[in-house]
Amino acid sequence: MDLRFRDTEPTDEERAAIDALLGPPASGWVGGARTDDDLRFAAAGEQERDLLLPALHAVNDRIGWISEGALDYICRRLTVPPADAYGVATFYSMFSLKPRPSRVLHVCTDLVCEARGAAGLCASLEERLGPPGLSWQRSPCLGLCERAPAALALEAGDPPAHAVYGPADAALTEFAEPPVEAAVPQSLHSGPGAGDELVLLRRVGVVDPGSLDDYRSTDGYAALRRAFTLGPAGIIREVLDAGLVGRGGAAFPTGRKWEATARQPDHPHYLVCNADESEPGTFKDRVIMEGDPFALIEAMTIAAYATGCRKGYIYLRGEYPRAFHRLTGAIAAARARGLLGDDVMGQGFAFDIEIRRGAGAYICGEETAIFNSIEGQRGEPRSKPPFPVEKGLFGKPTVVNNVETLVNVLPILLSGASAYAATGTEGSTGTKLFCLSGNVRRPGLYELPFGATLRDLLDLAGGVPEGRSLRAVLLGGAAGAFVRPDELDIPLTFEGTRAAGTTLGSGVVLVLDDGADLVKILLRIAEFFRDESCGQCVPCRVGTVRQEEALHRLAIKPQAGDLTLLREVGQVMRDASICGLGQTAWNAVESAIDRLGVFTSEEAS
Amino acid sequence: MSVPLPPPRRLVEITVDGEPVRLPEGSTILDACQDTPTLCYGDTLTPKNACRVCVVEVEGSRTLVPACSRRAEEGMKVSTDSERVRHSRKLVLELLGSSVDLSTTPGAAEWIAEYDADPQRFGQEAATVEQPVKVDNDLYVRDYGKCIMCYKCVDACGDQWQNSFAITVAGRGFDSHISTEHDAPLTDSACVYCGNCVEVCPTGALSFKTEFDMRAAGTWHEEEQTQTTTICAYCGVGCNLTLHVQDNEIVKVTSPHDNPVTHGNLCIKGRFGFQHVQNGRSAKQTQKD
Ligand SMILES: Cc1cc2nc3c(=O)[nH]c(=O)nc-3n(C[C@H](O)[C@H](O)[C@H](O)COP(=O)(O)O)c2cc1C
Ligand code: SF4
Ligand code: SF4
Ligand code: SF4
Ligand code: FES
Ligand code: FES
Repeated sequence: MDLRFRDTEPTDEERAAIDALLGPPASGWVGGARTDDDLRFAAAGEQERDLLLPALHAVNDRIGWISEGALDYICRRLTVPPADAYGVATFYSMFSLKPRPSRVLHVCTDLVCEARGAAGLCASLEERLGPPGLSWQRSPCLGLCERAPAALALEAGDPPAHAVYGPADAALTEFAEPPVEAAVPQSLHSGPGAGDELVLLRRVGVVDPGSLDDYRSTDGYAALRRAFTLGPAGIIREVLDAGLVGRGGAAFPTGRKWEATARQPDHPHYLVCNADESEPGTFKDRVIMEGDPFALIEAMTIAAYATGCRKGYIYLRGEYPRAFHRLTGAIAAARARGLLGDDVMGQGFAFDIEIRRGAGAYICGEETAIFNSIEGQRGEPRSKPPFPVEKGLFGKPTVVNNVETLVNVLPILLSGASAYAATGTEGSTGTKLFCLSGNVRRPGLYELPFGATLRDLLDLAGGVPEGRSLRAVLLGGAAGAFVRPDELDIPLTFEGTRAAGTTLGSGVVLVLDDGADLVKILLRIAEFFRDESCGQCVPCRVGTVRQEEALHRLAIKPQAGDLTLLREVGQVMRDASICGLGQTAWNAVESAIDRLGVFTSEEAS
Repeated sequence: MSVPLPPPRRLVEITVDGEPVRLPEGSTILDACQDTPTLCYGDTLTPKNACRVCVVEVEGSRTLVPACSRRAEEGMKVSTDSERVRHSRKLVLELLGSSVDLSTTPGAAEWIAEYDADPQRFGQEAATVEQPVKVDNDLYVRDYGKCIMCYKCVDACGDQWQNSFAITVAGRGFDSHISTEHDAPLTDSACVYCGNCVEVCPTGALSFKTEFDMRAAGTWHEEEQTQTTTICAYCGVGCNLTLHVQDNEIVKVTSPHDNPVTHGNLCIKGRFGFQHVQNGRSAKQTQKD
């Protein structure tokens, strides 16, 4: 590729940050010092486009922002056109192409935090630090919803540092990040629905997440051993018989996905673990990765063995520094003990895992947008067909599964498909993680067998605070739907929520009491989709803007014309958008109007 | 020179609005319904299916599908004029028309009338992409207030044709826009002024400086222009040029998209070299006078 560069140079520190990732440059042709040899031989750099995102992170982590010189140097090293790299860097909200302080505070103003006082926090920050800009900024959900209102400070340096605030007070008092089990109220007491009945969360708070020995002494790697005796086809049969269905939102049968990938003659196959967790109100995958990282590593190894993958990626959301460190440690430990690498458990099976960090883009959780993001392109969804099982990452057959889906494979193999399927209902087997947040006494992550009702879950969490009454529950997150207080008998199963016209989505259960400002919540949902739309297709790019504008007008003065407009825009987003983001961007607003009577009934808002 | 014959292709049969249609395997739904409105589709480019104005209803599909890129499959039942299709096309036109200046987009006014679309319905306050025109070189002009983000210029400049990679999509969502690196002027970018982006732009957001200036002066009269296709004399490649002439002056140069040499693409000499011809001629004329 014959690229043209502008005359900008990186600083020494920028160069060092990039070289630390990529190694020193091979010649003057790829950004190194020019020598006589360079004049005699022309050499192009390796085309390693997929290292673009890690390289951008390397600079952003060290310096806090990405200068023209740094971007140019990355482009020389990786043979990427500067314009392309600019397009990629500007896609992600965690990157800045303008100078900014090394410490940036991200204050969550999303649904849960909004319902629990983020506005007050922002007001006091504004008083002290001025309007949001370079040193602090409003952020979509940080996945710390059980501790709302939450904030995350990221500090560039070598190494970079972070601090978590939650619940954040106006003074942003520093305190040690609580242990991960604090997010799991069930682990803190015993009795019905308590710690001893947990399956997926049973190790959280019980074992040291940094210790492979702890993991092994609690049945760790027994499932992989059984997997090797079953063989790939046998594993897939178990997963099919267990009735495992994807937990990432789309509820697709996992066994069928695996079977379809395993069958593809084209090689290599890739495994991608979707750990982008950005649906507002969701924090379940974070708890698993922080509390039981080896479980995910083992489950991925099993999935890879079943589907013929030698390489797996964990696409981790960029705002999860603690999960990143724990997973990095777990992968290294597993590798050191031969549980990852060229010969896993001495079985002649080669498999390894690489973590790729997202950089602040909800859309990158969409299964095909992940591929583009890993490949170093803008994180825009691809159009389907072809489906990932045929042409996914790097154009090869790819399995994409959510973190929670994957760790379910362990109990399936440990206890067998029929024992696993004995829990839950016919259409929804096993247990489910619910991210309970908002106006409840004990917010946090709950694990319940499928079939429990919304009422059971709310009771377990102690219901709404003393003296308040329930106003509504948002199921499934921003892409989900509201239900009323008289609908608490909805069974929390895939089929039960579907029949009730709502969805489990990613397991979000956001409780709103009579003090919540529903109109404000709707505006935040609309703002979220407008902000997070990738911008590729017209219905979503412009539709989400028009939806937000109409809601602002309705918030001032309900008018029938604007309700019609919302419905018509909602319909085109649902019918004609490329991906699930646009297709679901109107769901929650629609349900608030139709089920809760917001904007239409007197008691509205 | 012999032209290799492609192997015979199997036919698939689909129905379009109840009528059976047979198409070679691999054809798109658009091939079966040519009068479908399209904006981001380009006959020389891989479909990006971004604008969604071409959507049709396919029985059994939860969402509508883009006719320009979805392949026809045996037995497919396609509706091109159902309530849902008309609604989506109308809304896409309204959403675009309310945010982008479509005044020079061929076909837009007719489709807006045909689908009874009302871009004004979102009110005076509706956000738009209005912005100053970028005039930073003598050859072509970038008026992104008219840009519908169809990605065609980026694809033409990148690996589909030109391999110059001078422009990209930057930003996200409603803020996404076509840009050089760091929004530098074209003269500082990798642009080689082949004008292949201008050739594929469906809206007039990219236009020859000559056309832009004449439109501004009110002297652009497309109906008076003649088009003559000839062979470029600058080098031996043999590209076909179509000269657009108004009042004896070449006002812009295109190339036939079905030409096997160019597929609509040219280099700076073929595309913009006419200015030399004319400047030379007027210089000579001045000398004679
Ligand atoms: C806009 C959008 C965002 C998504 N975000 C996530 C996510 O953060 N995590 C996730 O697991 N799935 C997410 N999904 C769903 C994935 O596309 C995909 O269905 C899922 O990862 C498949 O895994 P599963 O079958 O194990 O659920 C998202 C989908 C859309 C449309
Ligand atoms: S629906 Fe939205 S997020 Fe999805 S491709 Fe279209 S613009 Fe991008
Ligand atoms: S004129 Fe050619 S090189 Fe310049 S931006 Fe357009 S397509 Fe790219
Ligand atoms: S400038 Fe033209 S070709 Fe490029 S995206 Fe905009 S409308 Fe499409
Ligand atoms: S952390 Fe604020 S909504 Fe999730
Ligand atoms: S022409 Fe088909 S999506 Fe644009």
